[in-house]
Amino acid sequence: MTARVTAVTSGKGGVGKTFTTANLAAALARAGQRVLVLDADLGLANLDVVLNLAARVTLHDVFTGRATLDAALQHAPGGFSVLLAGSGLVEYSRMTPEVSDKLLDVMAQVRPRFDHILLDTGAGISDVVLFTVSLADEVLVVATPEPTSLTDAYATIKVLATTQPARPMRLLVNQTQRQGEGRSVRDQLQQVIDRFVNGALAAPLQLALLGEVPHDSAVRTSILRRQLLLETVPGCPAALALSAAAARLLPP
Amino acid sequence: MTPPAAAAPTPAPAASSSGANTAVAGSGQPLRLDNALALLRQAGQAQPAGVAGSPAYLQALIDQLVDLSSRDPLTGLANRRSFELALTREVDRVARSGESALLLMVDIDHFKRVNDNHGHAAGDQVIRAVAQALTDSVRPMDLTARIGGEEFAVLLPNCPVAFGPQVAARVRQRVAGAAVSLPLDGQQVSVTVSVGGAFAPQWVRSSAAIWLQRADSQLYRAKAEGRDRVCLEQSATLDVSAQERELLLGGPPIRESE
Repeated sequence: MTARVTAVTSGKGGVGKTFTTANLAAALARAGQRVLVLDADLGLANLDVVLNLAARVTLHDVFTGRATLDAALQHAPGGFSVLLAGSGLVEYSRMTPEVSDKLLDVMAQVRPRFDHILLDTGAGISDVVLFTVSLADEVLVVATPEPTSLTDAYATIKVLATTQPARPMRLLVNQTQRQGEGRSVRDQLQQVIDRFVNGALAAPLQLALLGEVPHDSAVRTSILRRQLLLETVPGCPAALALSAAAARLLPP
Repeated sequence: MTPPAAAAPTPAPAASSSGANTAVAGSGQPLRLDNALALLRQAGQAQPAGVAGSPAYLQALIDQLVDLSSRDPLTGLANRRSFELALTREVDRVARSGESALLLMVDIDHFKRVNDNHGHAAGDQVIRAVAQALTDSVRPMDLTARIGGEEFAVLLPNCPVAFGPQVAARVRQRVAGAAVSLPLDGQQVSVTVSVGGAFAPQWVRSSAAIWLQRADSQLYRAKAEGRDRVCLEQSATLDVSAQERELLLGGPPIRESE
C-alpha cells in the first residue's frame, strides 16, 4: 500500500489554498484515512500559522540532518499528521538537485505510512511549485471566481498540462457567491482549455469539479481563531461543502 | 543629485575645538561634526539648516549623510549598499503581492580598453555617460545603481514578464547609441554593454542574494555568447493571451491582472 498523493495548488496567492488543504485533511481523517499534509510551500510556508502549531522540528531540520523524519512528523488538531516547512527555508526558494533529492527521499519515506498525502504547494509556477506538483498522482487547483484568480488558475493549468505528464486534474472553487457558480467557473475554464490547450495535447485535459465552497462568515472566524473550520463550526455551509469535496477525494 | 567635485585631498581629522562647526547637544556634550560637514562640503551639498546642534539640524545632517552614503560619488546613482537594501524590500513585496519585478545587470564591454587607450579620466567620463543612458532608458520609478567598477544594475518593479525583453533591449540600445566626446583630443568614444536579467520569483520568499546571482549568471551568459547582447532567464510564465482571457472571463478584459 502506498499513499495517494494530491498536490494542492493555485495560480494566485490568497485564495484559501492552505485553509482548504487543512480542512480537506481533517475531513479525510474523519473518514478513517491516515492523512499527511506536507507543507511544500518551502519559500512561504504558513501551514503552522493556519493550524496554530509550533514549528518545532521542520522539513528544514530533516533536510539538514538535524532531525529524523519521525521527529518532524507532528499531529495536527484535525486528526492528521503534518510536516512543516518552517521558516528559514529561503535557500529552498529555488529548485536545486539537492532540494529535489531531499524532497524525493522524504516522499519515499512517508508514502508507505499514509493513505493520503496532501502537498500544500506554493502559489504561482516557480520551479519549486512545478517540481512538487510533479510528485503528485493528481492535482487539485483551488481558485475563487474572481477574474485574477481565474486567469492565474488557467495559466497554471496550462503550464502543468503542457509541461507535465497527464494526471487527473480537479478544481475546487472557493468563496462562491451563489449555488452553481463552481460549475460555471469549471465550464468556463474547460471551454478555454478546449480551445487553446487541448489541441496540443495527446490526451485532452478534462477538468473535474471537486466542489464549490460557499462564501461563509464562519470561515473568517475560524481563520482568526487559527482553528479548523471542521472543528469549530462543523455544520456551517462551508464546512459541509469541504466535507463533501473530501468525500470525492476518497478512492472509489 | 550633485556632481562630485574634482578629486581633492581627504579632509584631515577634525582638530578644531572652536569655530562655527562646534555644536553642543542637548546633554551639554560637544558634538564632533567637523568631518561630517567637511564631507558635505566636499560633495557640494549645502550645510544643514537650523540652529547648530538642534534636533532639526542633526536630523537634516543625518539625512544628508544617509543620502551621501547611499550614492555612488562618480555617477550619483544608488551604490551597491543602498541597491541591495532596495532589492531585499522588493523581494519581500513580490513574495506576497505576486507582482513581477525585473532585475537587470549591465556591464560595459571591454571597459579596460577605454582606460588603456584614453586614460582613466576618459574611463570615468564613459562611466558617467553609461549611467546617464541607463537612467534615461527606464522609468522614474526604476532604480539604477552602480554596483561595481563598470557594472550597473537596474531594478524595475511592476514590470510584466512579457515586457522584459523589450525593456532590456532598450537599455542596451540606449547605451550603445550614446557617444562620449573626450575633452583632450575631441575623439568620440562609444561603448556597448552586456545585459543579464531575471524576474523575482513570484509568491515565493527568496533573498536579494539569490536574485542577484540569477541575474548575474545571465550576464555571464551574455558575455560568453559574444557581448553586446541581452540574456534573460527563461522561466515558466503565467502568460495568458488577450483571446484566452476574453473567452475565460466572458468579455473584453475588464482589468489587467498584472
